[in-house]
Amino acid sequence: MSDVLILNGRVVDPASGVDAERDLLLRDGRVAAVERPGGFGGGKAKDTGSQVIDASGMIVAPGLVDVHVHLREPGQTYKESIATGTAAAAAGGFTSIVAMPNTVPVNDSVAGLEWMLDAARGAVVKLFAMPAATFGSMGEEITDFYELHRAGAVGFTDDGKPVLQDRVMREALVAAAGIGVPVSQHAEDTRLTGGCSMNAGPVAFRLGLRGMIVEAEARIVERDIRLLRDIERQDGLRPHLHVQHVSTAKAMSLIRAAKAEGLHVTCEVAPHHFTLTDEAIGDYDTNAKMNPPLRNDSDRLAMIAGLMDGTVDCIATDHAPHALFEKEQEFERAPNGITGLETALGLALRVLHKGHGLTVSRAIELMSAQPAGIVALEGRGTLKVGSFADVVVFDPAAEWSFEAKRSRSKSKNTPFDGAEMVGRVMTTICEGRIVYRG
Amino acid sequence: MSWWTELALIEQAAMKASRYAAGSLLTVGDLPVAEVAAILAATDRIERMPSADRARMLTGRRIALLFYESSTRTRTSFELAAKSLGAITTLVSDKSSSIEKGESLKDTGLTLRALGAECIILRHANSGAPYLLAKATGLPVLNAGDGMHEHPSQALLDLRTILARLPGVDTGRIDSKTLAGVTVVITGDILHSRVARSNAMLLPKLGAKVLLCGPKELLPEDALALGCSGNTGAVEIEREFDKALKRAQVVMMLRIQRERLAGLELDLADYVARYQLSEERLAVGAPEAVVMHPGPMIRGLEIAGEVADGPNSAIEDQVRHGLAVRTALLVRALGAGGFESVTV
Repeated sequence: MSDVLILNGRVVDPASGVDAERDLLLRDGRVAAVERPGGFGGGKAKDTGSQVIDASGMIVAPGLVDVHVHLREPGQTYKESIATGTAAAAAGGFTSIVAMPNTVPVNDSVAGLEWMLDAARGAVVKLFAMPAATFGSMGEEITDFYELHRAGAVGFTDDGKPVLQDRVMREALVAAAGIGVPVSQHAEDTRLTGGCSMNAGPVAFRLGLRGMIVEAEARIVERDIRLLRDIERQDGLRPHLHVQHVSTAKAMSLIRAAKAEGLHVTCEVAPHHFTLTDEAIGDYDTNAKMNPPLRNDSDRLAMIAGLMDGTVDCIATDHAPHALFEKEQEFERAPNGITGLETALGLALRVLHKGHGLTVSRAIELMSAQPAGIVALEGRGTLKVGSFADVVVFDPAAEWSFEAKRSRSKSKNTPFDGAEMVGRVMTTICEGRIVYRG
Repeated sequence: MSWWTELALIEQAAMKASRYAAGSLLTVGDLPVAEVAAILAATDRIERMPSADRARMLTGRRIALLFYESSTRTRTSFELAAKSLGAITTLVSDKSSSIEKGESLKDTGLTLRALGAECIILRHANSGAPYLLAKATGLPVLNAGDGMHEHPSQALLDLRTILARLPGVDTGRIDSKTLAGVTVVITGDILHSRVARSNAMLLPKLGAKVLLCGPKELLPEDALALGCSGNTGAVEIEREFDKALKRAQVVMMLRIQRERLAGLELDLADYVARYQLSEERLAVGAPEAVVMHPGPMIRGLEIAGEVADGPNSAIEDQVRHGLAVRTALLVRALGAGGFESVTV
């Protein structure tokens, strides 16, 4: 593997506190050196056969990390495959992504996990996985956390469904605490959301659709926080709860309070939840249907407030590809989920940075160092010397429109077709290999 | 300018911004008052035509009735309306078609289009289904009731019934003031009612006040959203039926939709005591009010049989107006784009 030199860019590496003009040398899949401009002596690089990237006017940041992605393989490769999903990730600036277990079959075994992580699947960025917290994600009996962790699991989740029973969630939190990984919870009390296809409220009433009440999310978050507290007191363990795709102000304030209390809670927010409200459903646009659903504007603003004040630990896409024929159905019948890997950075910079004044550095941190920290990815989410050569080079000033038809994902189910984006990925490098060129 | 040309111009303006075929009727929400007026005017004209002339209006045109839910009034009146205009109709129901084998709504629509259907009338259990069908086929689609969402032709026939029955309304001028000062009370299972939604969106366009009445379980506060688009304050909630009646010139009763209750517990005896339109309640609260019901009604539950059959009742008028309004909607659906050839 030849060296890669990234010259003249503004290196923004929140984990090491660097935000300055720096040149970067990547060698053998690692960050070999970070120098002041000209430190590598321009011409010399060419002699040694390095690939040189001129990053003038660009930001050079750690490759982005997404802790919440659905790749649909095995079992539903008509929607997405590990190869196409990771190609979309690369195009979005992501170099590490965490696959959810709701494949067919559910990823709940060591054999299944190893198959998924095998190089033969053709992942173009670094692939991690969270296997199911319970067998078949049925919510009854927890999987073999110990063995799965040895095989590479970075956490456990029944995503798409909650771990509903108190006893089972408690067991999962205890087991995960023992090995130091999070339990990622899809916080939805499904006993309150039967037959619902969007957020409850005036828009749902007008559209004649049954709505999910915000309490359905809050109740599970509240219950899980109580379990954390009980386990800390009774078992002397410190479990890590990660709340997936927070969408309501109510859940956000519960998480804020739990953090203040000192419990080990982290959470993620998806770009669509800080960008859109349930009004985006318009004439029953199934590309605006996902779970948790788009909420009202005060919930959306609460997501932004959480991102601004540090309650939110990371941005995660919940990239959920579905085939056109599945989305071309009656709203209530269409599956939940939208793609997100190629629009996350553009929306974060447009809405959070440009719209709400979040610094670019913080936006990067929320998409790299912090998600890497949640699932403890050693040597990722940073450009420190010695870390993996996972890099994204993007033009922070570029304003452009996303075109779904040009997506690398196999599916085009996005409400952001034609949407304005700020910041365009020019190059993505994963472990020293250039995996995307814009 | 002939009334057809006028209608066509309004149509073209309204549909310019739309992704749906001209002549579609998916919601009353985006109908300008002028277009409501045009539809009502067309209804009057068609009604007054000699039946032989009427039968030539859509001679040989093909209309598909696609019904995923049972229906008596709507289906029959659309079918009779189409036939009275000379159109060829075909009925496809979910029970006796490839829908049972899992064919999607899109493919069912494309099949009907390939068979020559020029317009589809859709009744469907899922809210929003007509939008999907209209997008998929590019044909004019008439929403004949979609889930809990809307029933636009019902609201139009209800409007025509109100205009015909209420004394002192100038039916010659249909504009945003026509029903000024008129309060329409809609009582019952608002939550599950597409009729309530369409009426609460349509009637305020003509200046009416809509008073929604029912218990919280069947009438959440979110219902006020129906009055939001430019009609702030036009829709109100009044939970006490007797109070609501005091203000009513028109009272519309709704059936409790047991098939959509989905686990909701309701004390029916208590409901009857509080919300049934009984003879006594009507006599005390609104002795002059026009009583309406979109049907099907459950006598003895939301409405006393004596009231349904009594002098205030306009229930059968509604059915008759339904037939008339639907002829106009079909002419509108099939005529748009071909108005030049239609001369009256």
